[in-house]
Amino acid sequence: MASKFINITLKIWRQKNSQAKGSMETYKLDHVSTDSSFLEMLDQLNEQLINERKEPIAFDHDCREGICGMCSLYINGRAHGPDTGITTCQLHMRMFKDGDTIYVEPWRSAAFPVIKDLVVDRSAFDRIQQAGGFVSVNTSGRTIDANSIPVPKTDADKAFEAAACIGCGACVATCKNGSAMLFVGAKVSQYALLPQGKVEAKNRVLNMVRQMDEEGFGNCTNTGACEIECPKGISLENIARMNREFLTAALSNED
Amino acid sequence: MALTGLFLCLFLVGHLLGNLQLIFITGEEGKRAFNEYAYFMTHNPFVKVLSYVTYLSILFHAIDGFLLTIKNKKARPVPYAYNNPGANSSMPSRYMALLGSLILIFIVTHMANFWWKMKFSSDPMPLHQVVVANPQSGAEETFYITHTGDYVPTSAFVGEGEMPAAMEVRNGTEFYLKEVNLKRGEGYKDLHSVVLSFFGHDKSKDGVPEKNEMALFAVLFYVIAMMVLAFHLWHGFASAFQSLGLNHKAYNKMIKMAGQAFAIIVPALFAIIPILLFMNK
Ligand code: HEM
Ligand code: SF4
Ligand code: FES
Repeated sequence: MASKFINITLKIWRQKNSQAKGSMETYKLDHVSTDSSFLEMLDQLNEQLINERKEPIAFDHDCREGICGMCSLYINGRAHGPDTGITTCQLHMRMFKDGDTIYVEPWRSAAFPVIKDLVVDRSAFDRIQQAGGFVSVNTSGRTIDANSIPVPKTDADKAFEAAACIGCGACVATCKNGSAMLFVGAKVSQYALLPQGKVEAKNRVLNMVRQMDEEGFGNCTNTGACEIECPKGISLENIARMNREFLTAALSNED
Repeated sequence: MALTGLFLCLFLVGHLLGNLQLIFITGEEGKRAFNEYAYFMTHNPFVKVLSYVTYLSILFHAIDGFLLTIKNKKARPVPYAYNNPGANSSMPSRYMALLGSLILIFIVTHMANFWWKMKFSSDPMPLHQVVVANPQSGAEETFYITHTGDYVPTSAFVGEGEMPAAMEVRNGTEFYLKEVNLKRGEGYKDLHSVVLSFFGHDKSKDGVPEKNEMALFAVLFYVIAMMVLAFHLWHGFASAFQSLGLNHKAYNKMIKMAGQAFAIIVPALFAIIPILLFMNK
């Protein structure tokens, strides 16, 4: 397919640093290939800005293939832009038309402060993970082969699906409540479903939920927006499982 | 949130079944059935406990809802310049707090309309009267009905010329023979006529002095409130199951469909009551 070129207007959030007051700025960008990815388009814009001796736009990215979860951009009112099941780096300019105006904003969440322009600090997710998102393994040197513990196929599949979460934060960004419950639900589920995770299950869910609240994330009201915008198709079932785990742990925990 | 919400859904069913008597049983029979039902609802100890659980549920549900909404608003201090939430969530799910607040306003007005009158109001509730025509003379006479099914003529409660009234009403509903200070029976508060008069009926012969000239607006208000309730339940019913951790692919569709059916049928049946009462006035 022959590539097409389009001219677009961009409205992009600029903010010098975490303390500064930011604002939406307008940029014109011509001759954008519809074959380029969204991030390549931003690269092109940054080259233009550098040539004009202006400060390039800071945005996060790493793998550019949908696995690292860094490319956190809110595009035209949707996390990772106007498509489902993808990250921003997997979004292509063929989704846009000549003459389009495209809004690009950082994730908006009290728990994800803006560091600069479109870059936010998602270390809140790390702290939630550290609060319980692990299994303790004995490293005596006589570790049992994981495959010797039988796991029902459906549980293994569901744990694997939950583990597909890349921690991108799109769920928080899109949720009207800024809730991280899809992320935490996935992280709780991926262990809760497996025998190795059962030992610490109660403390895990209680600690991770406590950390989630401390970080200032909102609470789920089941609008279902996260599930639709999640690039990895993490299911709402994981939130229900976390609620279930939390309720039973809160009622029966003896620590 | 979920437990109180689901309890309130149960309450809605009970309240609806009681109120449907207003349209399914007509005439004197309906008046009698409804007023006896109202008496039962205000005097049975089990119902009393249930009613307090309901008040507490509404209060807790509303306060919890407000706190939740405030907390969730704080989680996004800077709004998006451009947002398209319609792409990934239903309208009612995003306006639960607003819908709930409107329902709360409705509950307060609704209780002021009827519940307050029934329980506390300083002007006494009219009591259940029947008009009986004398088979010989054809002259109509009005009686109060007592709990034992006796008829007490209303004329006994008004003095005539020099003669003072022989009987009087004490404590709102009790009929006393004045001279001997003897309780002759107890009447029913006529909530039925109060409701009908509220929705436009002329109930002056039942002792309700003023018919509601603004009945059309009352009907409209009630119907709109039921539409608001429908939207709240459209999201809320299924949402409660998810909040409680009840999510299983075998049941999800069923819960969602049951919730949407509930959200349409229950408010629609509620709304039909004032509409029919108004049309048959
Ligand atoms: C008869 C009246 C009401 C009924 C039957 C009802 C029912 C429900 C149900 C079933 C839920 C879902 C619970 C969950 O998701 O965990 C809900 C949620 C909610 N209700 Fe109500 N409710 C009523 C009145 C109110 C009132 C008066 C308010 C006042 C603010 C309110 C505010 C909310 C809020 C904020 C939510 C949570 C949002 C959400 O889950 O999406 N509701 N309600
Ligand atoms: S649940 Fe989905 S949207 Fe949320 S952080 Fe994980 S991958 Fe991203
Ligand atoms: S840059 Fe790694 S997921 Fe987009």
